[in-house]
Amino acid sequence: MMDNKMIIEGSLENVDGGFAFQGRLPYYRGLGLSMVEDIEVSVDGEPVAREAIRFSVRGKTYTLDEMETVYDNRWNFGEKATIIVLKDGGLQPGSYRIGFGTRLRISYLPMVPTTRDSKELALAA
Amino acid sequence: MSSQIKRGVSLYSFQNETFQGKMNLEDCIRTCAQFGARGIEVIGEQSFWGWPEVGANQADIDHWHALIKKYDCTPVSHDYMLDYKRYKGRPMPFEEQVASVRRDIDFGAALGTPFIRSLVSIAPEVLVAAAPYAEEKGIKMLTEVHAPLHFDHPWIIRMAEMFQKSGSPALGFLPDMGMFLKHYPRVWSAKFRRMGVPDRIADYIEKAYEDRVLSEYVILEVQQMGGTGPAIGMAEVIRHNSAFEPKRMLDYMDMIHNIHGKFYEMTEDYVEPSIPYDEIVAVLQKGGYDGYICSEYEGNRWIEDAEEPDSVEQVRRQQVMLARLLGEPEAPALKAAA
Repeated sequence: MMDNKMIIEGSLENVDGGFAFQGRLPYYRGLGLSMVEDIEVSVDGEPVAREAIRFSVRGKTYTLDEMETVYDNRWNFGEKATIIVLKDGGLQPGSYRIGFGTRLRISYLPMVPTTRDSKELALAA
Repeated sequence: MSSQIKRGVSLYSFQNETFQGKMNLEDCIRTCAQFGARGIEVIGEQSFWGWPEVGANQADIDHWHALIKKYDCTPVSHDYMLDYKRYKGRPMPFEEQVASVRRDIDFGAALGTPFIRSLVSIAPEVLVAAAPYAEEKGIKMLTEVHAPLHFDHPWIIRMAEMFQKSGSPALGFLPDMGMFLKHYPRVWSAKFRRMGVPDRIADYIEKAYEDRVLSEYVILEVQQMGGTGPAIGMAEVIRHNSAFEPKRMLDYMDMIHNIHGKFYEMTEDYVEPSIPYDEIVAVLQKGGYDGYICSEYEGNRWIEDAEEPDSVEQVRRQQVMLARLLGEPEAPALKAAA
């Protein structure tokens, strides 16, 4: 659900040490960060290494490994988180096919679902 | 004669709009009030950012009460989750689960809801342990009996026996009407067809569902027809959904205090093509039910790839259907909102 609403249009930008875009949790509620098992990012089909991904909400930034033991913060329902990719120099201006996926550990589900979105995002010069 | 059954809405129904910031809490509650659906159910952590790990702001709780008063509505239920898989690789300890439920009892009390909804997978032992606290706070914990579970499933039977043995009035049920899935929903079929399921396989699955063929046989048949990926998925949903009988609720009427009016699609002429609401309402009336039926629109996720859901119109149509089935005089506000 909400698959096609995960990536925020027009949110791609270069930041200190890499680039970033905004993403939402594909779910009808929020989730404690320890239950976000994985976040995938790809650029034009090339997957980004898990170690190069950072997750940031309300001014707090985490590695994905750190998130696994964060019990006092959440990714709220509909909340736009900043997904940062560490990359020297960021991205050159242009258009990129950004892939974004989440794997969530949902207590009541008999599986660990992965949900993906993909959108063409432009990075202005 | 007018029914004792009351109409409400779970704000879950508006998730497509609230997720995108197109409707806020006031828009949701005002909309429900316009439809004459005065009972408001919320998923605490959907409507109140921060809940439960960080906690909800008192200002947000105050705002909720102000809106409930402004629109002359009634809080019905806080639906809580209890994330017992919070810790990777180990379950949440029993005592911590009970403590977590107690916090949701407190939150329900803060919102003024007489009920909190427990997910069906929560162990009855945890609920029984939390029951004295719920009694103290005047809250009933209602386990949502939801497909694939149903009132004849051993898990529910064991739960009912434990609830009864405990003697606590704080333990009960909240049936989700999706378990009475009489026909394969058209919006499901349409989505699977958009995903590439060939018509001959999709037609077969719908027919097999009508014929009540065992899901395992349907899945095997689809494999033998050459079905893969989404075709198997379209067959597999029959594992989790069935046409159980509404009258099975009658054995548990004294434990049923809220109803999820699940629906996948409401047509322009006010019909849910897959769930038999006429039968359901008749059973509830026969059982003397006098609580709320809260609309729970779940068609959004089945159509959002093809069109923007109009949750407000879908809920309006279901409320018209319910008002008619309950024998209410035609509510003018329901028409005016069209």
